[in-house]
Amino acid sequence: MKLSFNLNGRPIEVEYEHQETLAEVLRERLNLTGTKISCEVQVCGACTVLIDGLPVSSCTLLAYEARERNVVTIEGLAKPDGALHPVQQAFIDEFAFQCGFCTPGMILAAKALLDENPKPSREEIVHYMDGNICRCTGYVPIVRAIQKAAQKLSNEK
Amino acid sequence: MSQKAGKKGEFHVVNHSVPRRDGRAKVTGKATYVSDVKLTGMAYAKVLRSPYAHAKILSIDASGAASRPGIYCVITGNDLEGLDPYYGHAVKDHPLLAIGKVRYVGEPVAAAVAVDERTAFEALEHIEVKYEELKAVLTPEDAIAKDAPLLHEKKFEAGALRGFEGEVAAGRGTNICQEAHIKWGDVEAAFKKAAAVVEGEYYFPMTYAYAMEAYVAIADVNDNGVTVYSSAQHPFMVRHDLKSIFNLPVSQVRLIVPFVGGGYGSKSYTKIEPLAAACSWKAKRPVKLQLTIEEAMLTTRSDDAYTWMRTAVNADGKIIARQARIYMNTGAYAENSPLVVEKSTNRCVGPYSIPNVQIDNCSFYTNTVPASSYRGFGCAQVTLPGESQIDELAAKIGKDPYEFRLANVAKPGEEFFPKMRSFDGTLKEDLDIAAKAIGWKEPLAKGRGRSVACSGSDAGAYPLTSTAVRVHADGSVTILTGSTELGQGSHTVIPQIAAEELGVPFENVHVVSSDTAITPYDRSTGASRTTTLMGSAVLEASREAIQQMVVMAADVLKVKVEQIQAIRGGVRCGEAQLNWSEVISKFYGLPDGEVIGRSYIRKSGKFAQLPVFWETACTGVEVSVDQETGKIAVEKLATVGDVGLAINPALAEGQDLGAATMGMGIGLFEELIYQGPQLMNGSILDYRLPRFSDLPKQVELHLVENQDGVGPYGAKGGGEASLNSMAANIANAVERAVGVRIRSAPLTPEKVWRALKERKQ
Repeated sequence: MKLSFNLNGRPIEVEYEHQETLAEVLRERLNLTGTKISCEVQVCGACTVLIDGLPVSSCTLLAYEARERNVVTIEGLAKPDGALHPVQQAFIDEFAFQCGFCTPGMILAAKALLDENPKPSREEIVHYMDGNICRCTGYVPIVRAIQKAAQKLSNEK
Repeated sequence: MSQKAGKKGEFHVVNHSVPRRDGRAKVTGKATYVSDVKLTGMAYAKVLRSPYAHAKILSIDASGAASRPGIYCVITGNDLEGLDPYYGHAVKDHPLLAIGKVRYVGEPVAAAVAVDERTAFEALEHIEVKYEELKAVLTPEDAIAKDAPLLHEKKFEAGALRGFEGEVAAGRGTNICQEAHIKWGDVEAAFKKAAAVVEGEYYFPMTYAYAMEAYVAIADVNDNGVTVYSSAQHPFMVRHDLKSIFNLPVSQVRLIVPFVGGGYGSKSYTKIEPLAAACSWKAKRPVKLQLTIEEAMLTTRSDDAYTWMRTAVNADGKIIARQARIYMNTGAYAENSPLVVEKSTNRCVGPYSIPNVQIDNCSFYTNTVPASSYRGFGCAQVTLPGESQIDELAAKIGKDPYEFRLANVAKPGEEFFPKMRSFDGTLKEDLDIAAKAIGWKEPLAKGRGRSVACSGSDAGAYPLTSTAVRVHADGSVTILTGSTELGQGSHTVIPQIAAEELGVPFENVHVVSSDTAITPYDRSTGASRTTTLMGSAVLEASREAIQQMVVMAADVLKVKVEQIQAIRGGVRCGEAQLNWSEVISKFYGLPDGEVIGRSYIRKSGKFAQLPVFWETACTGVEVSVDQETGKIAVEKLATVGDVGLAINPALAEGQDLGAATMGMGIGLFEELIYQGPQLMNGSILDYRLPRFSDLPKQVELHLVENQDGVGPYGAKGGGEASLNSMAANIANAVERAVGVRIRSAPLTPEKVWRALKERKQ
């Protein structure tokens, strides 16, 4: 079977089987391994990708559900010239990761938050991000990074 | 020798929070973890696990599975002839697949190797295993019972790499896995003359480290030897086990560790590598074995601990005696638990100056998931009782617990633990900072309580570490290091030290890590040892490279070596100055070539006395308790890392916060729960981890940098200690908030609610 969708701004067509999840298609068929698989039950957020701008757990989403939709993975966030998205840069600046395994999902969830709510309060960040687990950082630097990215994005506007 | 910066404030690169070296790779999804690696011709393995806690394997029929389309082979305990299938660096008790019997629910019994994971998984139900169930031993109490069945019938030798000097107790015809005892002074006499004594029983739960990346290994066994890509923290220790399983020279076993998705001790020592390698050996092709999180939870946990402890004080408020008996539940195989037993015994004392001490510790094999290292390494298990009793004693004699600690903690330079390195921290300063950070003296709202607590760990593991620092003809530098990047920041801290020494820009120093065929030997990445030991090795290797380049510069400039003066980033001789690039290029007559600085660290010189350092930290909390529901929230958190010198302060603080958050999880809700032989909450749906919404509203992170460590520029390790005191801290703060003393972790709402209800009655 063939699946066509928009991946990181470009149309793509890929062979797949009906039981495959979006995470499997991304990682195994397309070699986009930035999407990480951890809990596989839609709890930890490591596999988060954006579909039509909204964060989705790709580990439990059948690839079929992504047909003809816009999918953004962590590989698609930086500009083609390599310039990082402000959320990515803020994660580096604020030491908002250690092992980095939760980071792709964390960054995409944060981007979705800021797209929806450009000036979130600390409580709004905590509430929105509560579905993404980080075992290394204790979360404080992630909150700080999101606040910093929000500031940067609002300055750019 | 060049003019070396030595004091805080003088450094160019170290002691600065330079951005993480792995930053860009990790925020763009380009960082490679083992699960991202694909080898040509790679097959996939899935594991059939035991449904019984303790059973004889009567027969295994894998023919139905092996003949399915897409299956390369099925491997069972009957197929291991030609291998030495038992491994274990401390006790060689662990078969890579169950042989003859199973010892816990979830133990690997067989593996199917197939063209893809699904095919392998679907084959598992076609493997027929007949069992004869045996009586299971689930707790230390079961294990010690007169009619207890034995988990292990064979005699075991102590592993050569067990990491401590004593013998192992395993395999002596009982279920005892390990014993450790320390004693000094006269405990009985001291308790008799004490002004006040507290005594109690405590329980520290089984916990799971929960690295987001589950265990994964890709093995390729062929005529050239064994190559394994693994998520292992200690590739060189795994190499030793594989060498023995396959009876190969060290040079034919290669472990490669790319980025690791969290370790926290749970990926230390050998885990699934032998099974992955055996699969490849039988399937005759590379094999990937990727566990799920549920399977990872059936692979390793922390030892749970039952502790009886008493502590005595004299009329002057000085602690005069401590005695404890600890029973640890180590599960089906020893793994690293013998060392956990040894360490938890020692860590009952610290960091207090106590003249009479007796600690007796015993760990037991049980039919549960094997326990092993977990961040803090036996310290959290005994700091819950230890630091609880400090508060209980203070209350009993009417002293402020913070002041009581100040009066009793080990002093800088004091040999508070006989025959060990004298204390290299400044606990009074640390406690003072923690207390101020949480507003110790300020009035408290109703239902709130505060606590400060500390811990002291004999850390650093065994000092055996080597490295090579390669200075290239363009002046850039490659460091070969066996230290693994788990997220703690070794890829950033190690080049900072080389850049500081060689006087080259940090941006030009890079790291190749954790490939046993390439990187020089490093015993392990654990026990907070990397900055101190690998850091020292990199510092010395950089200086050795400089010495070589001074000699080369003399040759180039045709002067005597004594006339060459090393300066930052190069050499000077009279008016002439050469940077390293010029020295190397001129020496070889080409703009190419290199100089290799080397260093070998062993248990001698400043590392002769163990521990390598005392890992010390204080934490402070303010909690609120909802008296209706028993729910606790940590409102304020302060960490104080006593790190000597932070090579990268932001990374050091990040370690402290991460560790404290894990400790908070154990204090509030983390616990693996067994019901009979079955692990009841072995998935993320049921095992509760700290989330964004659990983070304290006010967090302060402090570092104390007195340059009093044995590592580079006075650094010493950190990153574990902030976990150790958190459960005790929460218990102490709850006691001060609502007047109930809870002696087991986690302090779940139900437990707190019941205690409150009982108190009312």
